[in-house]
Amino acid sequence: MTETDNIVVETAEKIFADLADPQTINADKAETWKAPLWQALSESGLPLSWVPEEFGGSGASLAEGFGVLNAAGRAGLAVPLAETMLAGWLLAQGKIAAPEGAMTIAPAHPKDRLTLDADGKLSGRARSVPFAQDAQHVAVLAQSAAGAKIALVPASACRIDRGLGLGGDASDVVTFDKVAPITTAPAPQGLDQTSLMLMGAVARSLQIAGALETLLDRSVTYANERVAFEKKIGKFQAVQHNLAKLAGETSAALAAATSAADAISSAEGFDDAVFLEASAAKIRCAEAAEKGAAIAHQVHGAIGFTREHILHRFSLRALAWRDDFGNESHWAVELGRKVAARGADDLWPLVASR
Amino acid sequence: MTAALRFDPIRLPPVCEELRKEVRAFLAEEIAAGTFDPNKPQREDSDAPEFSRRVGERGWLGMTWPKKYGGHERTFLERYVVTEEMRIANAPTRRFFVADRQSGPVLLKYAPEHIKMDILPRICRGELCFAIGMSEPNSGSDLFAAKTKATKTDGGYLINGSKIWTTSAHIADYMIAIFRTSPPTKENRRHGLTQFLVNMKSPGIKVNPIAQITGQYEFNEVVFTDVFVPDDHLLGEVDGAWKQATSELAYERSGPERFLETYYVLTELVRALGSDPDTRGAEGIGRLVAQLHTMRRMSVSVAGMLQAGKEPVVEASIVKDIGTIWEQQLPHRVRELAAFVDGEASNHATLDELTAFATKLAPKLTIQGGTTEVLRGIIARGLGLR
Repeated sequence: MTETDNIVVETAEKIFADLADPQTINADKAETWKAPLWQALSESGLPLSWVPEEFGGSGASLAEGFGVLNAAGRAGLAVPLAETMLAGWLLAQGKIAAPEGAMTIAPAHPKDRLTLDADGKLSGRARSVPFAQDAQHVAVLAQSAAGAKIALVPASACRIDRGLGLGGDASDVVTFDKVAPITTAPAPQGLDQTSLMLMGAVARSLQIAGALETLLDRSVTYANERVAFEKKIGKFQAVQHNLAKLAGETSAALAAATSAADAISSAEGFDDAVFLEASAAKIRCAEAAEKGAAIAHQVHGAIGFTREHILHRFSLRALAWRDDFGNESHWAVELGRKVAARGADDLWPLVASR
Repeated sequence: MTAALRFDPIRLPPVCEELRKEVRAFLAEEIAAGTFDPNKPQREDSDAPEFSRRVGERGWLGMTWPKKYGGHERTFLERYVVTEEMRIANAPTRRFFVADRQSGPVLLKYAPEHIKMDILPRICRGELCFAIGMSEPNSGSDLFAAKTKATKTDGGYLINGSKIWTTSAHIADYMIAIFRTSPPTKENRRHGLTQFLVNMKSPGIKVNPIAQITGQYEFNEVVFTDVFVPDDHLLGEVDGAWKQATSELAYERSGPERFLETYYVLTELVRALGSDPDTRGAEGIGRLVAQLHTMRRMSVSVAGMLQAGKEPVVEASIVKDIGTIWEQQLPHRVRELAAFVDGEASNHATLDELTAFATKLAPKLTIQGGTTEVLRGIIARGLGLR
């Protein structure tokens, strides 16, 4: 998968460049820029990339969709594109047609459990659900006596306690108090809550990697422009070494995220290989976000700390995305347990199998 | 993008998986026969010459080189698999590794035909050991500062001066080294260095051992007193070795050997923590495995770029920078996590011993193949900052 020969990604990049460029965003304090952006995205079919045409989507491949999310990360995108894509994907797993409009997905936290009772009503509470207040529908993965179920729920039927994430995007608590779904379907064999978290983790990994690409790009550009002590700051060795480290973290995030996306795109289901790739990607991308955002701010100095500067739109989102669909500590414990259970002598064969 | 960094997710093709099985079976046989102990990375490689020949017999040396020089015309990805399996098993590769990775490719590119026909097949048979003469006393990573002279004489050159930190010089048959053939110019500090092939049996060469803090012996000082090197042993351009030496380093910087040198402490940690570690132990393992997996995916991606005929100088430097920092920190992280190892763990003593050894080894890792500072300079240049 390369961006240059991918028409779906090119379409996304063009829309982001036209309608979500830094100048548009900076000039529009009320954030009314989001409506035309979402309109253009909807018309392009991108939010339903992962929904087959028979269920009302645009039927792009998983690989193409992940490429779109990487591009969305590069744009620091502040609308529920990833969430609607993930929701559409989940619904399609249950052969449920995707409705129009923005969607989100629940649960988004690995420790939250939603249940579908015998009377067909949903119960439970999902924390840090991204963009729930902006969504018309929620795609839900719930436990039931008969196994995992996928449900399509109108957002208006849920209680939504509004919250704001670190990156400035909505991150809400969604409470299901005996909510009746529009429709439900059994989840296919092998699709459980861990699979959903892995899928979300890879989506966020690509977004983090994209944000880091932009942080690197902008930091290098800034270092080549800003003069201090009578030199461009990029000429100072200490700054060069910091930027080299930022390039390393960006590369690591990109490599881990694209490898995991490739693994999911070419696997039959959520097997051990996908688990390794997806959990490792989320862990490594989160670590890269922490180190990378710090360096980008260091290079930019005080100006990057201002609200008016564009930097925080990328740095804070990269940091915020660490927490969705399992943070790095969560996945490190899960991955560590899996490795330990397989045993020391199986560690290298597992790593070398990828 | 100012900096277009791409690490495409290259997958090793099925032929590599077949090869991996063969290499593992071979190494298992060697271990069973007592050639080496995979749990003793700190040993001396006394029995390596025979092992080296057996690796050559299997066709695992000069894998990517033309058949007419004894090579096997296989892919970089196949060579990659052999390298990582040897490294993971702690196989005694010291005798052939430099020749296979670096010296052979340099000869292929710059040596006259009759020298290639003579030397390359012997490397492929595992008969020759090479050393690299770059650093000198008081020059180190600053290659421009090299002073050891090659003075033109009848039919060749006379070498006077010394090289230092020369790994394996005491067992090497040949050294590929850079010597000063003229002074640097004001405009070009890089000017004036020439690359030569030196037969280590030549009169006038003295090899002085340098003991390391690990207790191992790999490094040497090599003193040259009127050592004669014939004209046809000059490699490439007179006074123009700088470019040759830097492109050689690209091969040295991205391979799996650049992040797996202390890998064994991770295996021992997993063994010691057992099949059901507590949360802190599990988290520690998970993070280290995620980092390892990511570096390996980056390294495989660079191998794919080499296979595609690209020159991924910046990407290779990034892999080495991240890789060496990781393998250097690994024994320290394992030491921290050893707090959660049960006293009854069967490999407690082995873990302690290996962690101590890797801790002593660690300072070397960010120096060999270019210091971290030098690498970050290369990356910064790639980013357009210099």
